[in-house]
This record gives sequence, C-alpha cells and structure tokens, in this order.
Amino acid sequence: MKSQARIPTGRISDPGYPQASNPEYTRHHPRWYRRHMPIFWWLRKFAYTKFILRELTSQPVMYATLFLLGKVWVLSRGPEAYEIFVQWLSHPAFLAFHALVLVGLLFHTVTWLNLTPKALVLRVAGRKVPGWAIVGAHYGAWLGLSGVILWILAGR
Amino acid sequence: MRRARDPFFWGLFSAGGMLTALLLPALFLVAAITAPMGWFGMTGYEEWVALASHPVTRGGLLVVAFLAFFHAAHRFRYTLYDGLQLYHLDALISIVTYGVAAALTVLAAALLILVV
Amino acid sequence: MPDTVKLEVFRYRPEGEGEPLYETFEVPYRDEWMVLDALNQIKDHQDGTLSYRWACRMGVCGSCGMTVNGEPVLTCATYLEPFLPGPIRVEPLHGFPVIRDLVGDLEDFVGKLQRVKPWIIREEERSPSEGEYLQTPEEMDAYKRYSMCINCMLCYAACPIYELEPGFIGPAAIALAQRYNLDSRDEGARERHEVLAEHEGVWSCTFVGECSIVCPKDVDPAGAIQRYKVDATLDFFRSLVTPGRSP
Repeated sequence: MKSQARIPTGRISDPGYPQASNPEYTRHHPRWYRRHMPIFWWLRKFAYTKFILRELTSQPVMYATLFLLGKVWVLSRGPEAYEIFVQWLSHPAFLAFHALVLVGLLFHTVTWLNLTPKALVLRVAGRKVPGWAIVGAHYGAWLGLSGVILWILAGR
Repeated sequence: MRRARDPFFWGLFSAGGMLTALLLPALFLVAAITAPMGWFGMTGYEEWVALASHPVTRGGLLVVAFLAFFHAAHRFRYTLYDGLQLYHLDALISIVTYGVAAALTVLAAALLILVV
Repeated sequence: MPDTVKLEVFRYRPEGEGEPLYETFEVPYRDEWMVLDALNQIKDHQDGTLSYRWACRMGVCGSCGMTVNGEPVLTCATYLEPFLPGPIRVEPLHGFPVIRDLVGDLEDFVGKLQRVKPWIIREEERSPSEGEYLQTPEEMDAYKRYSMCINCMLCYAACPIYELEPGFIGPAAIALAQRYNLDSRDEGARERHEVLAEHEGVWSCTFVGECSIVCPKDVDPAGAIQRYKVDATLDFFRSLVTPGRSP
C-alpha cells in the first residue's frame, strides 16, 4: 500500500560541491539534495530550544551587572535619589520584571554548573574524580557563596 | 594573532560564566528585590553607601563587571551568528559585541574608581 | 498490539521527479522488530528500489544511522514499539547532502577525519625488534572512551552547528583527535593542534551537547571538545605570562 505526499521545501544541489569541478566524475553522478536550516531551527527540537534559551541568559547577566553598577551610581547621588530609586524598584511591574531576570540568572547558573564535568577532568591520587562530585562541588561553592552574600547583605 | 583571538575571548567567556553563575543570583536578589522591598536586614541608605564605597566592594564589582560583560558579549555574538545565521556579518557582530563590552568596562571602571 | 504499522519514508530519486517526497508503506508489526527490519521488509517485499545503508545489524558497523521521528538513531538498535501507533517517519541523517532516499554523502566527514590525523604519530618510530610501546591501564583509560567511536555520524546529524557551518570539523573528528592526543604513545598533538585550533576546529562549537546525548557508544564528543577548549585556553594564557612559549 503506497501513498505519496510532496515536501514543499528543498532544492537540488548546487554545483559548488568539490567534485562538481571534475566533469568526468560528475557526468554520471547523481545530483545531491541538500536541506537548508530554517531560520527558526532552534524550534525543531526541545533540546535546541533549551540551548537557545541558555544562550539568551547572556541578556539577564548583562542586565543584572548593569543594575548593580547603576545602584552604585544612584547611591553616589545622595539619599533622595536613592529613595526615588527604591520606589521605582518596589513597583509591581519592576518586581515582576526583576523576578523574570532572576529566573534567567538561575537558569544560567544551573545550566552552567551542570556542564562543568564535561570541561573539567580532575584526577585526585591517580583516580578520576566522578562527574557528580565535580557538579556537587560547584553547587556547594554556589550555595556557600550565596549564603555569604545573603548573610552580609541581608542577614544582619 | 588570528590564532590568539578564540582562546582569548573564550577564556574571558568561561571565567565570566563561572563568576556570574556563582555570584549574580544572590547579589541581584538582594540588590534588586529584597532590599527595595524592605525585606530582611540591610535596607537603609547609609548601610548601602558604606558597603558600596568600600574599596573591596568596588574592586570586586569591577572584576565581576569586566568578566560579565565579556561573557555576555561572547555568548550573544554566537547567538546572533548561529541563531540568526548571520555568518557574513561575523566581523561586524564581533566588533559591536566586544566593543560594547569594552566600552561598558571602561565606564564601570570610571564609575567605580572616580565617583565617590 | 497492532498487526501493521505505517512508515513514512523519505524518498529522493534524482533521476526521477528530482524533488524529495515521503512515501507511506504499511509493514507487518512485530514486537522484536527494529526500524531496520521494517525497512528490509519494504525492500524485500514492497519496493526493491528503496536505498539505504546497513551491514552488521548489531550496532557496531555504524552504517544504518537515520533520522527516525526527528531523532538521529541507529535503525538496527531502535525498536518499532516506542513509536506505536505510528506512523513512523524515516529520513536520512540531517546535515549531509542526500545522494538517494536514505543515503547521505559522508565524503565531507572522511576528509575531515583525515585532517585530524587519527593515528599514532611518533617523532621517531621504534623498530619492531625494540619491542612494543607499553601502556598502563590508567594510561589507556585516558583515551579509551573516545576510541569507541564507530563513525556512525549520529553526532554530526544531531549538531545544529555542523548543519549551519559545514566547515566545522565536527564532533566525531575532534573526539577521535583527542583519542590520539590523550594516548601516552602518541606525539602528534602539535600537528593536530593546527587543525583543532582553527576557528572551524573546536571554536565553532557552542556546546549544544546533543552529540553526546545521541552517541550510541557513549563517546562524549561534547566533553572532548570542551576539554580541548579549556586546555587550549590555559596554554594560551600561560604563554602570555611565560615569554618564549608559543600557544
């Protein structure tokens, strides 16, 4: 039982292929069919979408860094300026936006730390340190440093 | 020289990625959300000024800013390059992304060193 | 359990209609059948012109890689069962020009593989009378994982960067370069560095990570590439602080 459906995209191969320059070779050679990556290729698979979201965390990182510097600048402008700044920040729209930025930062942290054992290969006493230990150590460092920051800035 | 470009920027990218992964969520949470809302401890102007004018804070923030900017620039360069298939614009994208990172680093240094 | 299952098979006949299309075949369903068994049923009983590669049928020759419902797999090691009730879409591997039906052109990979010199390079060969090159189990362990590659090309098919930038040397070729770089008997790391340190060597990779996920032999090319980036970067920054060393 057969039925056929046409594929809308696609194009017969171009003569740019290396062997195409040799007419003797290409005379009897079939023509290649090449598929082209759509511009939204990162929607094709969930893993690719996750990848592009991971890459886009560069923007929350950028924003958060600029925010910290901005806060230092506002602090240098005196208490009145800081008061206005704080009022803006406690506006629900700003809070919602900043919560979103925080989600982006956390996504960056989690994806970054999860990939550490791929890039780091450690040997201790001649034995390879297993991946879970490398990830665990990084998460430990993250929680420890976050604890120190929260204690200094908000704990007292 | 051409050979030096990739490891140089990748080095900044990965150092920045690690530093921001470990530090930014907590820093941003306190600076942007809990302190303005008046949650938990340090919420007053005086305390923040004391912290923000400390040389250690300023030096640390400059390192974080420098690496974070170059981390973000490198990542965003590849996002534009592969995500939008702009291979022919690589030179332009590189100049703009790394250029913005460099300019922002200079501004951050000026702010953290000169503005009291 | 159904009696039959439908397969939508990618057909490309350059001498015929010239444009690819999907053809639907209904094949008997068996619990123990792999996707390759279904393709063989089509070729033997329905359409002898269907073209695809396969050989060992036991996951070691690496020739039957295809895209099944969007994922690159070895068809000899992929049951029909998880795709029920179907239809199951079978296409050639992504990233390679299609010669015919499910057959991709792998010339590009073969050329790249040669460029990374995947063999043991010695500055001075020892003559056989001087005995073999000895290696401890720990030394073998350093590269063994990368030596499991069967050149099935699933990692290339999973890699969006290879499809976007055909110049990229690619996951398997870099993993195989590392297989020799990390071999205690090998002295060719510098020669391979010429190829790997190009922008289209390791630096095109943005660590999507899918190559390692689809690899049927758990070779972990993504890990091999990231390790190489880390080492190359450390070498570069060390060369800055230690004059006289070249990166």
